Amino acid sequence: MRILSIFICGLIFGLGLAISGMLNPSKVSAFLDLAGAWDPSLAFVMGGGLMVNLVFFHFLKRPSPYFAESFALPSLTRLDKPLLIGAALFGIGWALGGLCPGPAIASLAYGTFDALFFFIAMAAGLIIGSKAKGWL
Amino acid sequence: MTIDWINFTPGEALLGGGLIGLAAGLYFLLHGQIMGASGILGRFLAAGYEREAKTGWDMRLVFLLGVIAGPIAYLGISGELPDARFIASDTRLLLAGLIVGIGTAIGSGCTSGHGICGLARLSPRSITAVLTFMVTGFISTFLLNHM
Repeated sequence: MRILSIFICGLIFGLGLAISGMLNPSKVSAFLDLAGAWDPSLAFVMGGGLMVNLVFFHFLKRPSPYFAESFALPSLTRLDKPLLIGAALFGIGWALGGLCPGPAIASLAYGTFDALFFFIAMAAGLIIGSKAKGWL
Repeated sequence: MTIDWINFTPGEALLGGGLIGLAAGLYFLLHGQIMGASGILGRFLAAGYEREAKTGWDMRLVFLLGVIAGPIAYLGISGELPDARFIASDTRLLLAGLIVGIGTAIGSGCTSGHGICGLARLSPRSITAVLTFMVTGFISTFLLNHM
């Protein structure tokens, strides 16, 4: 049950990404291009996701999760240098390639060279970043 | 500012976004954790070189396979994969992937973890991260397309 439920979460996430347009780098680029022919669609992805998720986080929350002993939420609340530098870099990379991590994973389904190439570069980046985080 | 009405797809975006929110909400309620793509993939990869990341690597793999199955389910429903036109190739794509990976690892999250989940939790760190990556995304695109 636990394994099936986690697969289904991934599946719904991947299907949502596919329907939303987030898998299309040129659409992401058109969303980020405020000064060009701006396509605001992807703001609605964030809006829709946020509305649904707000209900879960604030109204459906239980004393403990179904398949774990307790909720494990990030405990940090302080803003720090790694958060700001990392987020700033991520925005630059997102603009350069048009894919963020979820879509980069889902895009492996296309089996294209570009999708695989981006995924491998991102995976290498994640490993480098997790090592580099300690130095900041 | 000119709006590209021809490519404007608010319905699909809302539906897709709603599903992403549903997945994140279920993940939270069932497993008690934040559904962040960069975090889950990063921890999965870290199982190769960090002992404490080994716990739960199989569940992360199952989740990742589910995400990859998403577009295939879309193919099954609609008969085709969603449009995906790449804007970069080779060097730029390599650089983009590296920067996205490094940035989300250092910044502890991406559009799903900080965006969908962090904003719903009203986390000050996530609100700051989202504002930061949106601003650098807008600025970089402006520089790429208009300079």
